[in-house]
Amino acid sequence: MTELSAHLPQFQHGQLTENFPDNHLSNTNDNSERRRHDNSERRRNDNPESETNGQPQNIQQVVEQDEEEDEELTLKYGAKHVIMLFVPVTLCMVVVVATIKSVSFYTRKDGQLIYTPFTEETETVGQRALNSILNAAIMISVIIVMTILLVVLYKYRCYKVIHGWLIISSLLLLFFFSFIYLGEVFKTYNVAMDYITVALIIWNFGVVGMICIHWKGPLRLQQAYLIMISALMALVFIKYLPEWTAWLILAVISVYDLIAVLCPKGPLRMLVETAQERNETLFPALIYSSTMIWLVNMAEEDPEAQRKASKSSTYPKQAPANQPQNEDAEADDGGFSQEWQQQRDNRIGPIESTPESRAAVQALPSNSQTSEDPEERGVKLGLGDFIFYSVLVGKASATASGDWNTTLACFVAILIGLCLTLLLLAIFKKALPALPISITFGLVFYFATDNLVQPFMDQLAFHQFYI
Amino acid sequence: AFFWLVSLLLSSLIWFIAVKASDPRDEPLQKGLLIFGVMFSVLLQEAFRFLYYKLLRKAIEGLVALSEDGCSPISIQQMAYVAGVGFGLMSGAFSMINLLADALGPGTVGIHGDSQLYFLTSAFMTMVLIFLHTFWGILFFHGCEHQRWWEIMAVVVMHLAVSGSTFCNPLYVGSLVPSYLLMAAAAAWAYLLSGGSAHNLRRFLLCKS
Repeated sequence: MTELSAHLPQFQHGQLTENFPDNHLSNTNDNSERRRHDNSERRRNDNPESETNGQPQNIQQVVEQDEEEDEELTLKYGAKHVIMLFVPVTLCMVVVVATIKSVSFYTRKDGQLIYTPFTEETETVGQRALNSILNAAIMISVIIVMTILLVVLYKYRCYKVIHGWLIISSLLLLFFFSFIYLGEVFKTYNVAMDYITVALIIWNFGVVGMICIHWKGPLRLQQAYLIMISALMALVFIKYLPEWTAWLILAVISVYDLIAVLCPKGPLRMLVETAQERNETLFPALIYSSTMIWLVNMAEEDPEAQRKASKSSTYPKQAPANQPQNEDAEADDGGFSQEWQQQRDNRIGPIESTPESRAAVQALPSNSQTSEDPEERGVKLGLGDFIFYSVLVGKASATASGDWNTTLACFVAILIGLCLTLLLLAIFKKALPALPISITFGLVFYFATDNLVQPFMDQLAFHQFYI
Repeated sequence: AFFWLVSLLLSSLIWFIAVKASDPRDEPLQKGLLIFGVMFSVLLQEAFRFLYYKLLRKAIEGLVALSEDGCSPISIQQMAYVAGVGFGLMSGAFSMINLLADALGPGTVGIHGDSQLYFLTSAFMTMVLIFLHTFWGILFFHGCEHQRWWEIMAVVVMHLAVSGSTFCNPLYVGSLVPSYLLMAAAAAWAYLLSGGSAHNLRRFLLCKS
């Protein structure tokens, strides 16, 4: 069973993607329309007549203004995205640290995974170092092989195999690991519990989790489940990976993440590009998304045919039919982003999304116009990132002599790394590895705080000096 | 918070090197080294506050250049406040959190002859430091904005004074009282610099619209 559990992480790797409207052409079209609605743009245009004549001039101005508007938007929404990702990452880390601090099961050494066969209880330091390097090498090669296998399966459209794999892994996580977790929590707090109640709880938890993650469900619930399974996975890693091996694996995996996402032949980059070519979403079971994803399988529906079908229908029906999907997306503007509203206005003329219009629309038969990208403004973070961040912070809290200081320092370091990564994402606008910067900061701060700051703060606290 | 952490890291690195290079059995020397470490850390913290100011300045310029109406959505005063709070919270967290964790467990305070008010005074001292960091942030940034070097020097001197006063511990009256007085002064000064006045204060307290 530990085999299957380890299958999960190697394809939940750090990748960060941001969904801008995929079609560059549609982007510029929207922007040129947006220009007419935007007053400041009109001020920048010296002569308003250039809108009607002088086409080349127009296009040039459009291109420049595109870039400026893009930057504006990225900065405006960038801060929001950062917060949207801070909260789940923080929650995951908090859950892991709380569990480590209270439940002793996860800090007890009960053997190792078969992926790390070499023990670290050796006589000499050199032997220990060698063993941990070998362990890390084995683990990383397993991860690489699994990732390549996943990419190959995806390329050759063996969706059934991938889905079966994912379903088995999430079944294992949701039922078995949470059963163990619940059992250990009960043991820690000495709570008496009967099997029937536990069976009921775990059954409900697992089934709702499977539905939320693999099919449809409320966004918050899906996010909560993804956080929970990341935390469970991270706890497994913390328990079963010996010390030096864990740190080495963290370091090597951030290097691997960098290579896999940025090199042209990297498996993760190929995965993301193939998904974008086919205009599909990546598997929802592997990615945390901050906005609504309605689709699990876009491969069955032909997006092109749908777009043509939608254009043939009457205009007023087209945009309102999109409304039911986007209603859950964000709570502002009645569920529509500013960009989306402007796009809609430009296509069909201004329509206000009032409760009456929404009610009228919901009475219409909904044709599944799901090909219009529902996740316009969301930021996505791979679950592997959550897991490895939590592993770092969890290991820091479990094994550091500086205890809470070290934990806090690693936490801040990881969040700042995430900030920087999101900044780079806003600048480069393509899938980026989320692990390297954060893990590097985290590791540096862990070792520095544990060895340097800890004695200093101890001495200061002893004498009650304050800095 | 991150910048404060980095400054703490560097200062403890220096201290660590100094300690390792010296004789561990020599008590007064160790204490002297600790004092040196504290002073150095204070200076480093202020240096990092300055660096953070530079970074925020650049960020504001970027925001202004890209905004539609020529002013940035967040002002430098707000940033000063946030920076101060970040510094303060981080410093407070690092000072208190291990104490709090230990306080959860069983034990007797001061059983070996130390002061029984250890936890209480630590809590008060931490609180005053957090407040002070917030006010110093506002003062410091204001001084940098308007090129008033004496304000910056005042912040540095105040910080050194507060840290220095803690060397009197466990004679708590020597450290807590001056720190609180300095905090009141810094609070009033920061309030005046942020545009407040006695009139504003009175209106606020009497809940006039």
